[in-house]
Amino acid sequence: MKHSKKEIKIKGASDMPEMSASLGSMAHNKTASWRNLKPVIDESKCIKCFICWKFCPDAAIDFTDENTPPKINYDYCKGCGICAHECPVKCIDMVEEER
Amino acid sequence: MKKVILGDHAVSYGALLSRVQTIAAYPITPQTLIIERLSEMTANGESNAIFTKVESEHSAMASTVGSSASGARAFTATSSQGLALMHEMLHWAAGARLPIVMANVNRAMAPGWTIWTDQNDSLSARDTGWMQIYCQNNQEVLDSIILGYKVSEQVNLPTMVILDAFFLSHTAEGVDIPDIKEVDKFLPPYKPEIKMDINDPRSFGALTSPDVYMEFRYKMQESMDKAKEVITREGKEFGKMFGRKYGLVEEYRTEDADTILVASATVASTARAVIDEMREAGQKVGLLRIRVFRPFPTEEIVRVIGGKKKVIVIDRNISFGKTGIFFDEVKGAFYNYTGNKPPMFGYIAGLGGRDVTPKVIREIMDDAIKKDKPESEILWKGVKL
Ligand code: SF4
Ligand code: SF4
Repeated sequence: MKHSKKEIKIKGASDMPEMSASLGSMAHNKTASWRNLKPVIDESKCIKCFICWKFCPDAAIDFTDENTPPKINYDYCKGCGICAHECPVKCIDMVEEER
Repeated sequence: MKKVILGDHAVSYGALLSRVQTIAAYPITPQTLIIERLSEMTANGESNAIFTKVESEHSAMASTVGSSASGARAFTATSSQGLALMHEMLHWAAGARLPIVMANVNRAMAPGWTIWTDQNDSLSARDTGWMQIYCQNNQEVLDSIILGYKVSEQVNLPTMVILDAFFLSHTAEGVDIPDIKEVDKFLPPYKPEIKMDINDPRSFGALTSPDVYMEFRYKMQESMDKAKEVITREGKEFGKMFGRKYGLVEEYRTEDADTILVASATVASTARAVIDEMREAGQKVGLLRIRVFRPFPTEEIVRVIGGKKKVIVIDRNISFGKTGIFFDEVKGAFYNYTGNKPPMFGYIAGLGGRDVTPKVIREIMDDAIKKDKPESEILWKGVKL
């Protein structure tokens, strides 16, 4: 039952595992599809305090190094807006998703 | 080795011999002795299990779910209010397809506060996806723990081994304690196909959409059906190795009987004496003991009692607003049966630990035998009006 990188299509019960365990880690299971508002960082205003990184409840903000503004991982960000609310210089904008 | 031990200690020995690797439990009368003995066994090195003291039964099952999911053979035990408190986690254990074995000492539900036996605690967990084994003596208790793991680990569903408060839990009986090396031959180490593993990360029990949820439930039912065969096969295999055979049901003098008594747990073992006494007086009576309640042995029940003249069910439980629960299910087994359906009498007796003595059972039998049909759906035995 080792997971592979390729997409798995499930037709029905016969090709499902008995327990609801994912066939791979969350790296294969993107969970951002229900986001309505998308946080966008204005990097020119960011003071690199990393408060947003600390507050994100989904650990969806990536830290590179102290001199680089944080990067939002849009594969997992749910658009809750906590980062935008907490940012001390208000440089995160919540923009409507277009689908 | 034969020893005279309490039913609770028969559970402890069953867990020891199954080489359980984790025990997380919270004490509650009349289960406490199980846990006390297991904590001694882990403290003195008889057992290598990790013993975790927890702050509630909900945590006991949550912890057991975690260790089972990580591939350990996990054990716990509880009773009554404790079982009710872990109810959410019972669904989790079964839905996550974990082969946990738990002993539940049947104790009536409060209020009024009580410690004595009846089956309403475990029967309230009927629809959680756990297999349920109702034991009639301490030997069966010990054996059923070992058998529980053997079956659960093949069908990926948990097993609840159930024993009556005090009538078994605190009663000393002669029990054959098999050699652990023999048990090892019967019960190999647990090797799950999928487990929590940092080198093969997965998410377990995560959000499951309407696309696939129903299929998981279909597969649980499929495994419950398969469990009937596995329980029967392993019960026979156990018999070959240890001399004691177990099945879904147990028949006693049923073959040429025209009246069949259906009972479970210690009521059934007491009833055997009544059947003998009535047989001696020339009455054609027999006993069908329901040992496994989930999966429900519909086919076996219909095979044994279909075409008989009369069926009498004794329930030490009640589904309020309906009837005794075994009675209801035995009747249900016959709905699509095209043969001769016997009239069924459903008695409720022994709630909250009231004694169901041979005399009580004899009175129930005599009452049903003299009537053509029951005057009501519930026949209360011994209620003081
Ligand atoms: S919107 Fe919410 S989930 Fe997305 S990055 Fe900000 S805090 Fe994290
Ligand atoms: S909270 Fe605002 S200023 Fe601080 S790192 Fe995040 S985006 Fe930059």
